[in-house]
Amino acid sequence: MKIILNKEKLNLTIQRLAHQVVEDLSTLDDVVFIGLQPRGVFFAERMIACVKEITGNSNIQYGILDITFYRDDVRNELHAAQPTQIDFPITGKKVILIDDVLFTGRTIRAAFDALQDFGRPSSIELAVLVNRQFQREIPIQPTYFGMAVNTQSSQKIKADWDKEEVYVYE
Amino acid sequence: MQLSTPHLLGIKDLSSTDIQTILDTAIHFKEILQRPVKKVPTLRDVSIVNLFYENSTRTRISFELAEKRLGADTINFAASSSSAKKGETLLDTVNNILSMKVDMVVMRHAASGAAHFLSKHLPNTAIVNAGDGINEHPTQALLDAFSIIENRGTLEGKKVLLIGDIMHSRVALSNMYLLKKMGAEVMVSGPPTLLPKYLSAALDVQVEYNLEKALKWCDVANVLRIQLERQSEVLFSSLREYNLSYGIKQALLDKIDKDILIMHPGPINRGVEMDSEVADGNNSIILQQVENGVAVRMAVLFLLAGNKIN
Repeated sequence: MKIILNKEKLNLTIQRLAHQVVEDLSTLDDVVFIGLQPRGVFFAERMIACVKEITGNSNIQYGILDITFYRDDVRNELHAAQPTQIDFPITGKKVILIDDVLFTGRTIRAAFDALQDFGRPSSIELAVLVNRQFQREIPIQPTYFGMAVNTQSSQKIKADWDKEEVYVYE
Repeated sequence: MQLSTPHLLGIKDLSSTDIQTILDTAIHFKEILQRPVKKVPTLRDVSIVNLFYENSTRTRISFELAEKRLGADTINFAASSSSAKKGETLLDTVNNILSMKVDMVVMRHAASGAAHFLSKHLPNTAIVNAGDGINEHPTQALLDAFSIIENRGTLEGKKVLLIGDIMHSRVALSNMYLLKKMGAEVMVSGPPTLLPKYLSAALDVQVEYNLEKALKWCDVANVLRIQLERQSEVLFSSLREYNLSYGIKQALLDKIDKDILIMHPGPINRGVEMDSEVADGNNSIILQQVENGVAVRMAVLFLLAGNKIN
């Protein structure tokens, strides 16, 4: 096990990402943030707290999305579904999808399908904490990422939100 | 996160963990049914045949909607308009359908054990029992459980009363198995001729012939239809008399004055087992049961399609 982001670095990274997102947006009115279940939600909540602090705007639209029923491997492996909660229309909005680790890209592909069932966003951007480069199986790249790492497929990356650190393990 | 069985033949074969998995998964499908697009592409590579050897409105439509909302291809088969009329056996019919690359079979049949029979001959095809004779109707019991939990929070310790034709009701048997497995207390009430003997010994349920006493005891009353089509002898003198002794009437509920959840698996014979005021009353969740049926069946089909037991 190797720690790639300790508590201090993790907090700095989240703040930098929040600043980048705010810098790129002219207004937050037509933006919605969607955290991906299960693990992206923790990161999303931290990042949105930062965005609120930076902008002083507490009316940020934030939803959570579970992609279990949109996976392309349902018949090979069953995953437990998690709640989805998007209580606002996303048609015409800029969606910022948030997940903790970008690996093969398949989860994000499924998320695109799932989002379609809630409306037609004007655009979709992707923010991830860790970008596992050179591991993509689908041509999907993040708009914002906290840290880029080169790993082997056999390795795993996990963000521990209790200890506030991110580590690589076999 | 998978069921311990490759088929859903009856609640009898399920563990309490299986039941909980199905009910937990159904919550997410219920959320999907509230979305603008009430559909997911989960089973887009799965073909499902609905074999109905017996009449059905709710169950058939509910299964078909569940399949379509999971993105599956569906084929409907009604025995009355099929080659079964020309003398083809059940197994021949199913084998012919499966040779056209169908993955799952949902079947209702008048013969008890028909789904078990199919599962023995077709171990590699998931079979879902949509009601077999007087044996089981597992998805109905699951949707009843889901509806009770939705309204009362839990099954554990809840007092559930099943009223009426227990003898011929597959809904009753599936409900009794499920409720006992999930920690509810069960009582049955009805005319002695419609309650099977040794019920309390076999299934650990209470028997109460007095409807008023039974209603006073319960938190939930699940009222069953008199299955005239399955009765070959006279078991009570008339429907009118049945209504007088065991029909659920608003006046009786007012007298008891208790917050009892009223359920019915449908179809209702208004004025026989239940009066209209009760069926349409504030405590009735009959249409909610029907709504939940689609979500519960989506959960069953999803979990069986991804099951790797075979």
